[in-house]
Amino acid sequence: MTTGHFKEGIAAGRLSPEVYADNFGDLHPPLDHHEALVESDRCYFCYDAPCMQACPTSIDIPMFIRQISTGNALGSAKTIFDQNILGGMCARVCPTETLCEEACVRETAEGKPVQIGRLQRYATDVAMAEGKQFYTRAKSTGKKVAIVGAGPAGLAAAHRLARHGHDVTVLEAKPKSGGLNEYGIAAYKSVDNFAQAEVDYVTAIGGITIENGKALGRDYQLSELTSTYDAVFLGMGLSGVNALRAEGEEANGVANAVDFIAELRQASDLGNLPVGRRVVVIGGGMTAVDAAVQSKLLGAEEVTICYRRGKEDMNASEFEQDLAAANGVTIRHWLQPKKVIADGGKAIAIELEYTTMKEGKLVGTGETLRLAADQIFKAIGQSFVPAALNGSGQAIALENGRIKVDGEGRTSLAKVWAGGDCVVDSREDLTVSAVAAGRDAAESIHRTLMG
Amino acid sequence: MADIRNNFVGIKSPNPFWLASAPPTDKAYNVERAFKAGWGGVVWKTLGEEGPPVVNVNGPRYGAIWGADRRLLGLNNIELITDRDLQTNLREMKQVKKNWPDRALIASIMVPCVEDSWKAILPLVEETEADGIELNFGCPHGMSERGMGAAVGQVPEYIEMVVRWCKQYTRMPVITKLTPNITDIRKPARAARSGGTDAVSLINTINSITSVNLDSFSPEPSIDGKGSHGGYCGPAVKPIALNMVAEIARDPETHGLPISGIGGITTWRDAAEFLALGAGNVQVCTAAMTYGFKIVQEMIAGLENWMDEKGHRSLDDIIGRATPNVSDWQYLNLNYVAKAHIDQDACIKCGRCHIACEDTSHQAITSMVDGVRHFEVMEDECVGCNLCVNVCPVDGCITMVPLAAGTLDQRTGKTVEPVYANWTTHPNNPMAKVAAE
Repeated sequence: MTTGHFKEGIAAGRLSPEVYADNFGDLHPPLDHHEALVESDRCYFCYDAPCMQACPTSIDIPMFIRQISTGNALGSAKTIFDQNILGGMCARVCPTETLCEEACVRETAEGKPVQIGRLQRYATDVAMAEGKQFYTRAKSTGKKVAIVGAGPAGLAAAHRLARHGHDVTVLEAKPKSGGLNEYGIAAYKSVDNFAQAEVDYVTAIGGITIENGKALGRDYQLSELTSTYDAVFLGMGLSGVNALRAEGEEANGVANAVDFIAELRQASDLGNLPVGRRVVVIGGGMTAVDAAVQSKLLGAEEVTICYRRGKEDMNASEFEQDLAAANGVTIRHWLQPKKVIADGGKAIAIELEYTTMKEGKLVGTGETLRLAADQIFKAIGQSFVPAALNGSGQAIALENGRIKVDGEGRTSLAKVWAGGDCVVDSREDLTVSAVAAGRDAAESIHRTLMG
Repeated sequence: MADIRNNFVGIKSPNPFWLASAPPTDKAYNVERAFKAGWGGVVWKTLGEEGPPVVNVNGPRYGAIWGADRRLLGLNNIELITDRDLQTNLREMKQVKKNWPDRALIASIMVPCVEDSWKAILPLVEETEADGIELNFGCPHGMSERGMGAAVGQVPEYIEMVVRWCKQYTRMPVITKLTPNITDIRKPARAARSGGTDAVSLINTINSITSVNLDSFSPEPSIDGKGSHGGYCGPAVKPIALNMVAEIARDPETHGLPISGIGGITTWRDAAEFLALGAGNVQVCTAAMTYGFKIVQEMIAGLENWMDEKGHRSLDDIIGRATPNVSDWQYLNLNYVAKAHIDQDACIKCGRCHIACEDTSHQAITSMVDGVRHFEVMEDECVGCNLCVNVCPVDGCITMVPLAAGTLDQRTGKTVEPVYANWTTHPNNPMAKVAAE
């Protein structure tokens, strides 16, 4: 039986500690001072800049870059935080290649956009390293607001509400705050425990109390919040994982990609984290790429992403797909899972069926393929689980399985706002979109409370 | 193949690119390297009187301003003339000239404004077999406080007097270097001509403070917390130099006086522009101090290539070609009407043309058309000012297109006249010359 790197089945310690450390280092190392100056010089300070329009939080990008170029990194950070208090994390995890940097006119001109994300990280790092707080609380309003979920939407809402002088209580089901920033992002995108540092930075404004381990529907009901608080903001994530709908998916070795990603982020020693020798990831989004790349970095020999449609349909950006390829992940298209093949209850392979588009519908062709796999990750989407919302009191209106809100984030219930992944939103399920939703809902709450 | 050999007041060099009198030409070591790199000539760093040499500051001598990517655009210096012993310089000059007989070697000189001082030094320089002398009437700092350099260059009568002495005491061609720190550059040029100079060279550096240190509140370059104005040079001064060269070239009193053009020349293009405005050759300093001597190879190849492309066979084909086109504002054709045109395929939609026009000019460029980001010139508002061309980051994207005679200028509602007409006869001009009844 092979050992070490090529151990059969799902095993830990495939690599040496040095290799783990190297593999999970910063994906985009920070720009140093000189690099930041050179890069900031490239910005044209466009009028009504396309990058700014492409940013869900509408950060004044030309202004913050100009401030870096003139040696005013703190001013730059303030420009960023004015619009997006989680600008530090967004600088790390935003798919800039499909947002600001795609819109950058230098992308049009030369195919080389200004590295907006890395510049944003430079400026926010300077401010956070100094512990520089730009905002102070307004005089207390005496109003109390409850926020469900300490993820990007909840934190952004909490900060904005605290600024306006309201007292904010954030109820978070998980032991740590940060939501997907803490549990849902590939480790190499947020090193050095940045998510927690950012939570501390955001809450340093004061007036925000976070209570961890408090799950809606389990530890308290929505109706309790609406009766105790002046307003409630729901900023929960998606806790359901879509099933493969493949025969035998209960076999050992079949797991949710999001759980694997969370476990990896929380692991204190990556050498103890088991991974399959041959891994198959089913899905075509960022989660699939995160799980696949990290499997590879943990030492899996073969990692294959199988997606049921074509390359152009993948939710993972071009950059993410390239990242997967560069790390030795094979991406295969037009394949859907049929059956997990197990031996003694443990997965050993997956049978997939080729697909095609027929009269506008995706259909199986009948032809199958079998891939050896001792670990199979499901990354075919997550869903909102609304059960916890309606434990008591009036039911909240949903739409397409998520909470229905209006343009300001108001739900069908009085005093209740919502934003982030738990709501129906034309915007993508991105950290930056959640921040925008939380911030805007907070403004709406403030207007309502003070009106 | 274009012939770029240069004959400037009888001084021959294989190309028109000389190094100006400055730190790069302070000693044999540098000049040897320059000649190896291909420079056609050098003006040796300014010699002073025999005796204890001048001393320089022992801290920073240079200050600068930069463009994007820290590209050096302007440099200033507070260095003085050579701080080496006169005899050492003369000995090295003689040896270098012997080693490089085909290159031009000019001695820059600055001694007190006393006839005997000039009379004493000229034979010493002559003995080196240098090809000519350049009178440093331009140095704006240090020496001028001792009655030399710009202190002479700012008084036309002194220029004339010193030039006359030099013409009297040496057979070598005399090039008079002019300071730009004066209101009308034609006055010193005329004085130099009256004194019998063979040529003028310009511009020397411009009085300047490049920046202020915002921690110490000292001007830069800072010497122990203090600074003094230095001489400004580099790409930033080129437009000033071009104008002064043109002023002298087209002044009836100095027309035909050979000019060695100096001021921010960095590429072959810059050099060609100086030649076109009337310079017989050019002198370079800051570009070499920024990038090293190798840049002359780009200058030589670029100039030759352009001349070949355009069919110019020798420097005489281009020298002064633009001079007749330098006019006074009052003679510019007011019937020439141009409109900006944006090439939509080249446009990268940065919007700088729009905001420049909208905020600071004539509100003649759209930003949005039918809900789409789109930048287009509104000809009924465009005055043809060229600002959009200048702020556009894409070369060639926005161009100024003249309206043909007979077409309607949508802004004025008038048809473009086919004839030339200028301000001197314009009805709005109260001093318009009206044809005699």
